[in-house]
Amino acid sequence: MNRNLLFRWLTLGEWQAHRLQIVVSIIAIMLGIAMGFSIHLINTAAVSEFSAAVKSLSGQSDFQVRATQPTFDEMLYPKLAQHAGVAQASPILEIQAAIPGKADEIRNTTLKILGIDMLRAITVTPDLLGVPAEDRPFDMLMEDAIFLSPAAMEWLEVKEGDALPLRLGTKTVTLRVAGGLVRAHAGQRIAVMDIGAAQWHFDHVGVLSRIDLKLKQGISHEGFKAALERELPNHYLVIETADQEKRIHNMSRAYRINLNVLALVALFTGTFLVFSAQVLSTLRRRPQFALLRVLGLTRKQILWQILRESSLLGIVGSLLGLGFGYVLAATALRVFSGDLGGGFFPEIQPSVQFDPMAALLFFALGVGVTLLGSLMPAWEAARAHPAPALKSGSEEIALAGLRKPWPAYSCLVLAAILTQLPPVAELPVFGYFSVALLMIGGILWMPSLASLFFAWLFNVFNRLSSGALAGLALARLANAPQQAAIALSGVLASFSLMVAMAIMVASFRISIEDWLTHILPADVYVRTEVRQDAVGFSPQEQQMIANAAGIERIDFIHSLQITLDPARPTVTLIARPIDLADPGNTLPMTDDVLASAELPSDAIPIWVSEAMVDLYDYQVGKRVTLPLSDEPQDYIVAGVWRDYGRQFGAIQIQLSDYQTITGELRVNEAALWLQPDMTPTRFITLMKALPFGETLTFWQPNEIRAISLKIFDRSFAVTYLLELIAVGVGLLGVAASFSAQALRRIKEFGMLRHIGVTRGQIYRMLALEGGLLAGFGIGIGFLLGSCISLILIFIVNPQSFHWTMQLHLPWQWLISMALAMLIAAALTALLAGRQAVSGNVVRAVKEDW
Amino acid sequence: MKNTATLELRGISKTYGNGRQVLSDLSYTLAAGEYVAIMGDSGVGKSTLLNLIAGLDAPDTGEIWVDGIALSANDDDAATRLRRRHFGFIFQAFHVLPHLTLLQNVSLPLLLNHLPLDRAETMLTAVGLKGREQDFPRQLSGGELQRVAIARALVHRPRLILADEPTGNLDPDTAQEILQLMRSEIKANGAAGIIVTHSQAAAATADRILLLTKAGLQPLEGGSNA
Repeated sequence: MNRNLLFRWLTLGEWQAHRLQIVVSIIAIMLGIAMGFSIHLINTAAVSEFSAAVKSLSGQSDFQVRATQPTFDEMLYPKLAQHAGVAQASPILEIQAAIPGKADEIRNTTLKILGIDMLRAITVTPDLLGVPAEDRPFDMLMEDAIFLSPAAMEWLEVKEGDALPLRLGTKTVTLRVAGGLVRAHAGQRIAVMDIGAAQWHFDHVGVLSRIDLKLKQGISHEGFKAALERELPNHYLVIETADQEKRIHNMSRAYRINLNVLALVALFTGTFLVFSAQVLSTLRRRPQFALLRVLGLTRKQILWQILRESSLLGIVGSLLGLGFGYVLAATALRVFSGDLGGGFFPEIQPSVQFDPMAALLFFALGVGVTLLGSLMPAWEAARAHPAPALKSGSEEIALAGLRKPWPAYSCLVLAAILTQLPPVAELPVFGYFSVALLMIGGILWMPSLASLFFAWLFNVFNRLSSGALAGLALARLANAPQQAAIALSGVLASFSLMVAMAIMVASFRISIEDWLTHILPADVYVRTEVRQDAVGFSPQEQQMIANAAGIERIDFIHSLQITLDPARPTVTLIARPIDLADPGNTLPMTDDVLASAELPSDAIPIWVSEAMVDLYDYQVGKRVTLPLSDEPQDYIVAGVWRDYGRQFGAIQIQLSDYQTITGELRVNEAALWLQPDMTPTRFITLMKALPFGETLTFWQPNEIRAISLKIFDRSFAVTYLLELIAVGVGLLGVAASFSAQALRRIKEFGMLRHIGVTRGQIYRMLALEGGLLAGFGIGIGFLLGSCISLILIFIVNPQSFHWTMQLHLPWQWLISMALAMLIAAALTALLAGRQAVSGNVVRAVKEDW
Repeated sequence: MKNTATLELRGISKTYGNGRQVLSDLSYTLAAGEYVAIMGDSGVGKSTLLNLIAGLDAPDTGEIWVDGIALSANDDDAATRLRRRHFGFIFQAFHVLPHLTLLQNVSLPLLLNHLPLDRAETMLTAVGLKGREQDFPRQLSGGELQRVAIARALVHRPRLILADEPTGNLDPDTAQEILQLMRSEIKANGAAGIIVTHSQAAAATADRILLLTKAGLQPLEGGSNA
């Protein structure tokens, strides 16, 4: 009872007297938790909604049989339907169709159509059954009928009975909206129609995308899978439906985790801020704690008092953070849907669900980091000898331990060692630890560095000038650098992370710009409205395009998705003409290339993206097999190219090789170089006059570049927001620290005013101190940030997303930010000082503590 | 052997880390209810002696007994508990917690000793601060702050009051007033007291005046009110 009363008195007294510092600490924790929690909620909502949507497409099935290529021969269906262990088999054809007039440069504008056998689907995928009008019960089987999910109807602005034009390749088909799919998930844009009609309308006669299997009761899943895999040719995949979720998780895992880590940066910065606030607060209260020790509080009780105060801060900040995070998540899901700019969860509308376990975890994290930030100062305060601590001026003694640089060196060395370790479960775990250690090491190094730097500056100043106030400012920084360094830890953390992110984002952006220039050498690109259209251009249509006037050169491209590992997302296979003598003319190669003379004659060369090396170990010179034909065929990895477009891997192959192996003569894209006297606009007009001209989509490299960079910037919008919050938290920290320090110096300012120093001079002195300190912090922050950016660029990115980039420093932006921070810090110091200087001069010198 | 004196110092020596010896083989016994002043030159070890008595520092040799308890037998926690129960402190710089009201400041020793808080108000009345219970230290003059410190030092009825230059920051009139108040309250509460001071006038309010020199504690001739 008494102890609680004492705790309440001491805590309330302190909090009421230093509201700004307390509020800033709470805000720092709150923002950190809010960011982390909201991003977690958004990701969880998006993944679970996406999984649920995908699950509804698989229905009650136990297994899906797919091929390594998008479609396969439907003759497999009767075999599986009559298979001993199979209770029900349901054939499905999946088609992405374009909607004429719905082209959008960024959003996915295709409609996913599932061709199903209605009678089979009743038992296997009941969610996919359309609801026909009461007077037309057989519409489910009609060849012109299509059923749309509510989201698709809304998007397409159609209702039951309307005609819906759909386009695949160069062919347009008009179907009748026969009803809805009432069990589709919110936001899920899908359509269902009879499988026979889909095959016929969309030129997919005789092929299927997958067969869903429901097993007879009592059949072992493992045994069935193993047996079926043995029975089927190699290019078939038997996928347990439950494994789909894992695959969906894997697809966006790196993106989600990196976003989470980025969100935790705000909390990380907040931890330094709490540390800095707690150190300064315990230093200020050092004589008070000493008095309490003299009056009879044990060391444990002092430690307990400080930690209880901190945990109260942590509890308040974390609770506010959870509430704010929930609101943020709900708002973000409404504004951005579940995507957050990453593009991993298209066409779903997840809603935020409060996750008590996650809330508990983030709450514990918030309280934990607050306690962590307070532990060192609390320990020091409890260990301090009361007699010397009672006297003022003992603060720097308390911080003397911080001058020892060995903990900083240990962190920095450990950080360097961790950069050499490989990823864990395809995640740059050691990379993240390395960044954290680098940051901690840098901040721990600040006091000894500041001590050396300001002592040197003071000496230089003394030799060159005799300005009293500037000398006073420098003397203070030279003789009491530890407090100054601690005040800066929050801003150092946020600024260095901002520098790191800025360098990383700039490097990434410029690398992408260079990459786009390299991969888009032609004047005009043409394709049908569906990307990687399964139908594309027939040989006759290719000929008609090639015969158009004004073309100097034309490269046809066929790209498709293939599955190499059912547990991973699909890989893009791109078949196009490639300069064998120098593939660098066609592709943005890394240095890893096999010379054409070294290529064996019995293997077909392929060029793989960096992700293929990381994910599938496709090293240069390695012989591999690809599921492109029934006949066994060796391929050799002839080089590695940089690909920022496909995180899960891409393979390039000569178009002629591809056509020979597969017999597939259709293509789905053409790159066109125009004759000098032909303009792209005139050429496009000519092309539109072709019989299938209306179905074509044209892109010019500058348009693609602009769109790609727009997508890039949108993807990083959340990153910028999180960065800004981290910097805001850092600056708040500077304001709180400077204001706390200025208040502690009321006596000093009173004394200066007594001996004739004007208020203006004191303000200038404070601004100079603030500016010098911030300048030093910014310098160190820049160095630290640059080192962190190297880890992000050369370790975290390649290990997360499997691509490398070149280092680019955005000097202009960095200098502007540094100047802005410098001015903000100097102004903050000045404003904080005003409060301390504006008091009564006589009273100030009498202040005890 | 159990010692019944309030304070007994036996052969105390203390040398600082820089090799400077401040106390050498010092012995003294303070009887219950006795109030002594210790004078001496600066740096002779007066404050060090108070710190040793309070258990805030440890002697290199010798033993200190407080109410029959040897301080050397105590660990830090036990020494703190002893200090909490048996000692009251008055400092030159007042050392009043700035964010607590006067009543809360005076109540601190009661809270720490799990005693009823009513006596805090009585003590504030006794030192002439009735009606100012909810004021904060910033609203008080130096003399008033030292009154609060005296009330806090005596509120839990400690056996021994240690005062280190209690009037060093006060003008002579206020100092005299505070010294008289301190003496009367120490006597009224039946405590023993040691006041360390440079001031003859302050020392004169004690029962006995001792001079601390390198040779130890010597009674100052003609310096006794007992």
